[in-house]
Amino acid sequence: MSTRLPNAGRLIDASKQIEFSFNGKRLKGYEGDTLASALLANDQMLVGRSFKYHRPRGIVASGAEEPNALMNMGEGGQFEPNQRATTTELFDGLAAKSQNHWPSLDFDVGAINTHLARFLPAGFYYKMFIHPRPFWKHVYEPIIRKSAGLGRAPKDRDQDRYEHFYTFVDVLVVGGGVAGLQAALAAGQSGANVLLIEQTADWGGRAQVDGGEVDGKPVADWIASTLKALDDLPNVTRRDRLMGAGVYDHGYALGYERVNDHTPSNAGPRHRLWRIRAKQIVTATGAIERPLSFAGNDIPGVMLASAVRDYAVNFGVSVGDRTVVVTNNDDAYLTAIAMKNAGLDVPAILDARASANGDLVQQAIDMGIRLEFGRAIAAVKGGKRVTGVKVCAQIGEGAVLSEIDCEVVAMSGGWSPVVHLWSHCGGKLNWDVEQQMFRPDATRPPTSHDGEAMVTVAGIANGYLDLNNVLQDADQAGKNAAKAAGSKPKTAKAPTASEATISPMEPVWLMPQGAPIKKRMKAWLDFQNDVKVSDVQLAAQEGYESVEHTKRYTTLGMATDQGKLSNINGLAVLSKALNADIPQVGTTTFRPPYTPISMGAIAGEARGKVFQPLRRTPIHDWNMANGADPEPVGQWHRPFAYVEQGETVHEAVNREVLNTRQNLGLLDASTLGKIIVKGPDAGKFLDMMYTNMMSSLKPGKCRYGLVCTENGFLMDDGVVARIDDDTYLCHTTTGGADRIHAHMEEWLQTEWWDWKVYTANVTEQFAQIAVVGPNARKVLEKLGGMDVSKEALPFMTWADGIIGGFDCRAYRISFSGELSYEIAVPASQGQAFWDALIEAGQEFGVMPYGTETLHILRAEKGFIMIGDESDGTVIPQDLNLQWAISKKKEDFLGKRAQLRSHMADPDRWKLVGLETLDGSVLPDGAYVVADGTNANGQRNMIGRVTSTYYSATLDRGIAMGLVLHGPDRMGEVLDIPKTDGTIIKTRIVDPVIYDKDGEKQNV
Amino acid sequence: MAQKDAKVQDLSQESVMFMKRYSAFAVAREAARYHSGWERAWRSPMPKKSYDVIIVGAGGHGLATAYYLGKNHGITNVAVIEKGWLGGGNTGRNTTIIRSNYLQDPSAAIFEKARSLYETMSQDLNYNVMFSPRGVMMLAQTQSEIRGYLRTAQANALQGVKTEFITPARVKELCPIIELSGPRYPVLGALWQERGGTARHDAVAWGYARACSDMGMDIIQQCEVTGVDQADGQVTGVKTTKGDIACKKLGVVVAGHSGVLADMAGFRLPVESIALQALVSEPIKPCMDVVIMANTVHGYLSQSDKGEMVIGGGTDGFNNYTQRGSFHHAEETVRALVETFPMLSRLKMLRQWGGIVDMTGDRSPILSSTPLGGCFINCGWGTGGFKSIPGSGWGMAELMAKGSSPLTDAFGLNRFAEGRFIDESVAAGVAH
Repeated sequence: MSTRLPNAGRLIDASKQIEFSFNGKRLKGYEGDTLASALLANDQMLVGRSFKYHRPRGIVASGAEEPNALMNMGEGGQFEPNQRATTTELFDGLAAKSQNHWPSLDFDVGAINTHLARFLPAGFYYKMFIHPRPFWKHVYEPIIRKSAGLGRAPKDRDQDRYEHFYTFVDVLVVGGGVAGLQAALAAGQSGANVLLIEQTADWGGRAQVDGGEVDGKPVADWIASTLKALDDLPNVTRRDRLMGAGVYDHGYALGYERVNDHTPSNAGPRHRLWRIRAKQIVTATGAIERPLSFAGNDIPGVMLASAVRDYAVNFGVSVGDRTVVVTNNDDAYLTAIAMKNAGLDVPAILDARASANGDLVQQAIDMGIRLEFGRAIAAVKGGKRVTGVKVCAQIGEGAVLSEIDCEVVAMSGGWSPVVHLWSHCGGKLNWDVEQQMFRPDATRPPTSHDGEAMVTVAGIANGYLDLNNVLQDADQAGKNAAKAAGSKPKTAKAPTASEATISPMEPVWLMPQGAPIKKRMKAWLDFQNDVKVSDVQLAAQEGYESVEHTKRYTTLGMATDQGKLSNINGLAVLSKALNADIPQVGTTTFRPPYTPISMGAIAGEARGKVFQPLRRTPIHDWNMANGADPEPVGQWHRPFAYVEQGETVHEAVNREVLNTRQNLGLLDASTLGKIIVKGPDAGKFLDMMYTNMMSSLKPGKCRYGLVCTENGFLMDDGVVARIDDDTYLCHTTTGGADRIHAHMEEWLQTEWWDWKVYTANVTEQFAQIAVVGPNARKVLEKLGGMDVSKEALPFMTWADGIIGGFDCRAYRISFSGELSYEIAVPASQGQAFWDALIEAGQEFGVMPYGTETLHILRAEKGFIMIGDESDGTVIPQDLNLQWAISKKKEDFLGKRAQLRSHMADPDRWKLVGLETLDGSVLPDGAYVVADGTNANGQRNMIGRVTSTYYSATLDRGIAMGLVLHGPDRMGEVLDIPKTDGTIIKTRIVDPVIYDKDGEKQNV
Repeated sequence: MAQKDAKVQDLSQESVMFMKRYSAFAVAREAARYHSGWERAWRSPMPKKSYDVIIVGAGGHGLATAYYLGKNHGITNVAVIEKGWLGGGNTGRNTTIIRSNYLQDPSAAIFEKARSLYETMSQDLNYNVMFSPRGVMMLAQTQSEIRGYLRTAQANALQGVKTEFITPARVKELCPIIELSGPRYPVLGALWQERGGTARHDAVAWGYARACSDMGMDIIQQCEVTGVDQADGQVTGVKTTKGDIACKKLGVVVAGHSGVLADMAGFRLPVESIALQALVSEPIKPCMDVVIMANTVHGYLSQSDKGEMVIGGGTDGFNNYTQRGSFHHAEETVRALVETFPMLSRLKMLRQWGGIVDMTGDRSPILSSTPLGGCFINCGWGTGGFKSIPGSGWGMAELMAKGSSPLTDAFGLNRFAEGRFIDESVAAGVAH
């Protein structure tokens, strides 16, 4: 059984006991434990179930590569599934539950799949469940969905906070092991601005467990003094619990800091996402040990050799009394030695190699450990925990030579450098035949904007497995990075470590070499997704030869560890099956993030009310306090209508319409775009931007204009006012303000860069209020100031002046057909001016109105609305706006496009008014149909409704639409079906329904 | 079977395989002998000297084109040539959404054809592509989106596409994890297509490949086209890294690399290539049975059969070929979805990736003859390629076999010269 050793590990504070629970069972651990080490200390070998077969799963690793020990953790708004026990620091009250089983971890009904495994090989679902057709959706798929997945879905809103942090550095060093420390030191000593990050809370990496000597002293001392040296450098920043998550173009790197995962009751953010711009990135990310593939290698108690000694040395945890080490390299001997040193039994080291004579091998022999060369594991005995191993020759088919009782199998198939960050942005790899690993190819690095390398790899991640080479390589990497970032590295030599004799490792991709199918079906590659050697071989047999095909067909490497343990082993099995070399088969693509990062951290603070910036007009707060039903328009919230007590929205709209027609309405029009276009070429420029002539507009005058895309389609409209010879103010729609400004700038910057024009979007600098209705002039006159009479300020003119003591600019324009002024005042005066209008307007029946009333008033007058009558496919000619298209101008944006055959086609649908015979309101978006169907069996359509409203003014539905030959068919009755198929008889009428002669507007 | 095999043998020659049908029975039979009897899903031959038709590009669209050439038009002397591995482009990189609730007639026609073919694809191909009509909804979060979707529902009713505009309450009923009343963009309703859904993207490519191979067609992977041979304005074959191959007709179906192939064939395309991103969470137990697209905040979400939350977003704002994304776009998408589905905040992003989509000016595809006689092109699917695969293949095959097809006629290259755009961004800025 697994238990805590008498001398606690180096990370454990045995004086501080911590209580936690697993599946409701109360357990004890120590400060410094991970959840995984604490579970092992409590003899919890079984921690979860696999994805497909629901096989018993135990802890395999001690770090980020762990595929099995995933937990549902926390409660309510702090609940989170799939938390990795090996990287979860223990805290008081931690509540973990195992996943993917029913009814319990020990007894899981889903485990029946393990008995059916023979019928469920890779890709079985592509060959089954085909008939009968409805069964996939209704029977098979729901069952598969229920048995898949891992953790529970969170239900409650996240209680925690997340934040983003931005930083710029010369050199980012990822990884706080020996290589990272030395690289950071070498870079830091050059004066470069260095950020050194480490994903765990422990500095020094594997060397802390595996030992060694640097400059004649224990490596732990060197680590301590180097940390001190780094902290003494003001230009070096060092952060722990901060993982390098991804490398993107141009030296952009992502860091994921788990600020409070280990102290969940602390204030402050849970995670912090670091967004780092680095001139150079050094990845000193170490390596991950590979499992070996033998029958039963998934039984709890079979672990990575390095993990077994990590638990002993770091946490003082013995995973079991008797550990059999199985390996193809020297490194795993460290585990045997560590176990012996901890007073535990190592019944045997099974070394698949024919012989080995490295220093570690010799040391094991000297310690009296039984060594068996050329041996392999034929099978692991046990179900929910290991009870022993059957030993066979590595060469051969697995005839059992002996059996050894044990609780732990410590396996090592060699090491794979962590090349993820190198590869994220295009760094290429070489296959190192001697060490059987992919190593970064320094001649094909990821490059930055200048075509120069932006990532350097250091130490073990670069394929250097022994301490001295790690130090030398890291020193060089740090210096090179600093130099590339523009600093001058010191010439100081790197510290040296004693060099050990290491016997060469031997590739062992299957154990025993000639394992028959029954063994291969029990030799796991991907523990979480249940992919076995036989599955990869089946994929190859069936022609899924590309590594991407194999991955997708078998799901190899698609688990939450993204193949950290399984990919290279799977690749090797595949290449063997295909009779190809490993590099020829290639790897799948490394994608960010290195390990999964929380969506909360990615979203950051932007949630709820601050999800997006809310743009507020100066009158926003008044609007909201006075019944405004907010309508999101762009990032504004505009009042749809001002709803009074006891009123429906619809009733409010009708009241607003009638009141504005009969008395006085106020519209907060501040959101309408206002763009200043200024310069000697401003007129020439606007002549290109607008379909009509703007250069001929006289100062003091206004003109309605249309903006088209290069393709001729109507894009925006609005009133342009000429302020002076060189200055225009262009009004746009609310949604168009930013778009039209960007459109202008694009043309100015890319095509007409030599024209003397500049533009400024001053939308937010002004509050603009539309004063509308028969009493509009009266209220302004009551407030007093400038002359707003018909003579002084005729229709389509503007003037600066003072009204009611406010500096203002009054435009005599109308989008309602009523007597109307749009009055702009400085934004800071907007609310005061609005208040003045409301107060002065009381005797004239003033009421504010919202966007819906705005829409209805304009529709009654037959004015088009961008986004209703236009939709990106409509040209001005469709809307009978030829009058606004200059024939004199040589060119304007859209002119050439509008000459194309389809644009000039007389059969285009044209704007008309629509009037239902029964007075009802036409449905939004309804179509006008003709008899018959087209070649694809679709009903023939000859028009559509573009705007439809109930008009309180007329007490019936009003509408506009685009109809084939519409203007030539006045009075004709059309069929407009509803979605239920019933027909609404509708007559074609003039779109101008209200005050056709404009008598109300021009008073 | 015997009769069919004989016919296939006739048409191709020596290397024909006898496809074993897939079924639960077959799996059980193979289980008894440890699956040693499974044949290759598709052959991997060297190219012959000539074919009646060469399709360049063994993605979903290319393979579907080949399949329907054989199935509908009896043309089986066909090679499908692929630079990399089949299904390795956008077919294997998308978020697998299938829907046909398009606004414009030609779009609705081809996407609905595709959707209806997806319904029976597993049976047609004898390969389970896991088409799951779980329903697709597009959220309306602004008044203009409401109007846009109401219009789409009206159009769909006349186009024979079954959709409906549903209330927020119904949205919540169909998707309990959604937040309806977010302070910025409350959900005001949705356009709901009950028969939309998802399918297993790789399986679509594999299923077509297997069926094409079974008809005697040659799928030639790791074979890059380096030139297009022509004489007297007619295509005569292609140069490839596996030698010259002659053909009578050539179909170019290469998505992001269309411009490169068009250049070889001597014409230009109004297409630009942009990275589109997707990402997935770690798998969790089922919590969402429908597909949701939220276009105002810009993000799509569904849950795969594995349990991963599959997330898609918008395109990058610049052109490139890298097949990887920037982080900024993933951030924008996740932010939007966390706001709409607050529970996502406690999940983790497992993997993000990118694909290169080929975009036309009107965001609709090009299925067309070209200035080069006998050469046809199918491209420009932009962000909507996966859902259209069978419809695209069906139409393209008809176009190549007969010279025209009601499904493709509106999508000709000439529409740009004529200004006859098929703009789908119309309805509330809907992305595909």
